[in-house]
Amino acid sequence: MIWNEAIECADRETIESIQLERLKKTVAHVYENVGPYREKMDEKGVKPEDIKTLKDITKLPFITKEDLANNYPTGLFAKDMGDIVRIHASSGTTGKPKIAGYTRSDLDMWGECVARCLAMAGATKDSVVQVAYGYGLFTGGLGAHIGAETMGATVIPMSSGNTQKQLMFMQDLKSTHLCCTPSYALTIAEAAEKAGLKPDEITLQGGVFGAEPWTEGMRNEIEKRLGIHAHDIYGLSEIMGPGVSTSCSENAGMHIMEDYFLPEIIDPDTLEPLPDGEKGELVITTIGKEGMPLVRYRTRDICYLTHEKCACGRTLARMSRVFGRTDDMLIIRGVNVFPSQVETVISRFEDTLTMNYKLYVGREDNKDTFELAVELADGLAIDDIKFVENLRSRVDHELRSILGIGCKIRFLNAGTLPRSEGKAVRVEDSRKL
Amino acid sequence: MLIKQMSVFVENTTGRLGELTRVLADDGIDIKAATIAETVDFGILRCIVDDPEEATKVLKAKGFTASITEVIAVELSDKPGGFSHVLEILAKEQIGVEYIYSTIHSKEGTAAIVMKVADPQAAADTLQKHDVRTYKMQELLKLGE
Repeated sequence: MIWNEAIECADRETIESIQLERLKKTVAHVYENVGPYREKMDEKGVKPEDIKTLKDITKLPFITKEDLANNYPTGLFAKDMGDIVRIHASSGTTGKPKIAGYTRSDLDMWGECVARCLAMAGATKDSVVQVAYGYGLFTGGLGAHIGAETMGATVIPMSSGNTQKQLMFMQDLKSTHLCCTPSYALTIAEAAEKAGLKPDEITLQGGVFGAEPWTEGMRNEIEKRLGIHAHDIYGLSEIMGPGVSTSCSENAGMHIMEDYFLPEIIDPDTLEPLPDGEKGELVITTIGKEGMPLVRYRTRDICYLTHEKCACGRTLARMSRVFGRTDDMLIIRGVNVFPSQVETVISRFEDTLTMNYKLYVGREDNKDTFELAVELADGLAIDDIKFVENLRSRVDHELRSILGIGCKIRFLNAGTLPRSEGKAVRVEDSRKL
Repeated sequence: MLIKQMSVFVENTTGRLGELTRVLADDGIDIKAATIAETVDFGILRCIVDDPEEATKVLKAKGFTASITEVIAVELSDKPGGFSHVLEILAKEQIGVEYIYSTIHSKEGTAAIVMKVADPQAAADTLQKHDVRTYKMQELLKLGE
């Protein structure tokens, strides 16, 4: 089902005219109401009236996570607190939390965006949507919630954790859709298997998973173990939260809600725009938000775009899966390593390894150490060392060919690593540099 | 003639083997023979227990990678040449031995040795032809009683 066909299937000309009108309005709004924007634009010598076409967006300065930190807590708000009805914040693991403020109209827009996402996952007003993202400052729980409510579906606001209760409600209320992080979806699948539930005994039909990078291998595993279609949802708390884009049933990239978010891809080093199909950093301009609009916000997420019409009928531009975050990138012995690359390799060994893994980075004798600990699949029969050493050398070979560096590999019994209830902690970097 | 041995993957960390054997103890499982093949970061525990199906089930429930492997248990006479006699019979039939270990109990004047070979049934048949005794599971468990 397509929630808003007039927009989601509109021709390029229509979308671009909406975008241009809203871009002009947004730029004028931040220039007038947000000091730091005005300063940045004045510094570059660009005025709101210089934006005459969509291409003129490149004249505008970028805004970064550092700008958000420097203007903590509300320095980038474009509305008075009297008009702000909701606050969310990022977890702030890398410094001060990033605070975002929403007006009533911003919340309506959010509900519309997430309703479109849920419809892409097959939900309707008759669906039962179990929200197992955390509720609170984190945008996952309340974001999925507002979308399901906008749609008129039945929402079960579980929040994350308490996996046994998740299973009980899922069975008793016959949930049709699950919203949570992909790693938590796997935790739930594992608990369902332990409880003796088969995929066809689970009433779920679709899942909308996001808030952490995941791979195609992990999607396949979730789909198989829960017997559902898994959809990828993308968003950032500072931009809005989940609902910026979602993958449809074609699983061919995530449709961006282009009437609210204007996407660009840039080379993170030269800052030059990159064409469709080329991997680079995603830059987003919010063109529908009032409370805290962000113009040319550098997301740090690496992906590529396509503007081709999708087989599902939607014309909205699509972004690829996020390959990694420039912030998640590890530099090990001088080589760039993304945890998602390691995950891709693990998923090739689905008969022997699980998606429960952790990377340990350390430093010994002035050299970086790099270790992968990964849990073995259920039901393996291991009687000899050769089996394990053979597996190790095959994994090592694949990792080297993808990463370009070697990695110590340690196998673990199932259940040894802590289970995720939200964003999985995949990396422990104990280097003190 | 074949013996069901349990094989378990164990991380090489202090206390891990203790956790494993505690799971067995709490389930009332008795260990009759055991050996570990070890590497730097993991080991494989191979053992003969009085109820291998139950032991495997309870360990799996605790996340251990446990499985059953078929082996043979051979009675040797406890004197010089007892062991080589058996190995020579197997070698003559081109039956290679992957690993061996001994049980805790044995009959007076004999030793009971657990052997992993590629084709345990063929090995048992060959030994029987040469009047070498291989234990049935129940017989092996009764040793020492």
